[in-house]
Amino acid sequence: MNPILYPASAGTLESSDVFVEIAPAENGIEIDLNSVVQAQFGEEILAVVREVLDECGVENASLRIQDRGALDCVIRARVETAVNRGKGEN
Amino acid sequence: MLRSMLFLPGNNPNMLINGNCLGADAVIFDLEDAVSPAEKDAARILVRNTMRYMDFGGCGRIVRINSIDTPYWRKDLDQIMPYKPDMILLPKSGSAADVLAADEYMTELEEKLGFAANTVGLMPLIETAMGVENSFAIASSTKRIRALFLGAEDLTADLRCKRTKEGREIEYARTRLVVAARAANIDVFDTPFTDVNDDEGIVVDAELAKALGFSGKASISPRHVEVINRVFSPTMAEIDYAYEVIEAIRIAKEQGKGAIALRGKMIDAPIVARAERTISMAVEMGLGREV
Repeated sequence: MNPILYPASAGTLESSDVFVEIAPAENGIEIDLNSVVQAQFGEEILAVVREVLDECGVENASLRIQDRGALDCVIRARVETAVNRGKGEN
Repeated sequence: MLRSMLFLPGNNPNMLINGNCLGADAVIFDLEDAVSPAEKDAARILVRNTMRYMDFGGCGRIVRINSIDTPYWRKDLDQIMPYKPDMILLPKSGSAADVLAADEYMTELEEKLGFAANTVGLMPLIETAMGVENSFAIASSTKRIRALFLGAEDLTADLRCKRTKEGREIEYARTRLVVAARAANIDVFDTPFTDVNDDEGIVVDAELAKALGFSGKASISPRHVEVINRVFSPTMAEIDYAYEVIEAIRIAKEQGKGAIALRGKMIDAPIVARAERTISMAVEMGLGREV
């Protein structure tokens, strides 16, 4: 599993999208989430993000996520893209 | 039934997730012109996820991939093919060889995925002078091809002429593509009308395309979808006439007559075939009954 090597980002701050920034880290997964639906869906969003990171084999990374009401499939896409870019695989 | 196709930019979640609510018979997820080179990777994954997780119901799903002279098109197909789009729209199809290159890779992926051959259709986008001149060779090059699609913006740039609303500069290409597609027994779709604020212009342009023999028309704006659907649907008068034709044929057969007339006009095989197509569309639209 390739580690996150570079700071990278994916997505936008437009409605129904999510902006994901990822950076190398050494002590596990750290996620800073800011969402317009944080109160209702914050935990679900974090679970989706962790699931994608797990599928991509990411064990150490720091993420900053600004959500603008993105659906699950959009969050998954943006996290995967940020991971690929962070690994230098895009 | 495929009358209208609506382009959706492949890296815009807001458009993609609402695409099935905009009235089009099919949507075209665009990975080509609507996506900058720096965002090709992001759009490819976003479109893949949209197809994977969202239910588009009866709305067809078409993906415009990048052309075969780019480093992107194989990656596009790798991500998209597992989710069985109805068709791949292949830009800048200039020759049968271009189309066969895509067909060969799609066949390879279908075999890997365990899909039946030609599960995913191919629609060459004809948008160069070379493509127009090779249109029949392209249309008949592989069984995977379901339709031709005319792209007038790039074509007029290639022809070195101005693109106008009246469209005289694409008359030859339009008629050439209709003839090529019909000779190959496939459908043919007209280029979008690009002035999204001209509500009268889209009607004239769609009616012209229908009169020339196109099966339907693409759109870059949801505002044009309703007009396109209406223009490419049979009218109630056409539906009533189609049933009259079928009834007249039934009575003639009962009476052992070979040739018959309806409303003073001879009814022959092409008229019957057209009546059958009209009734088939009417049934699909909930406006008629099976015969």
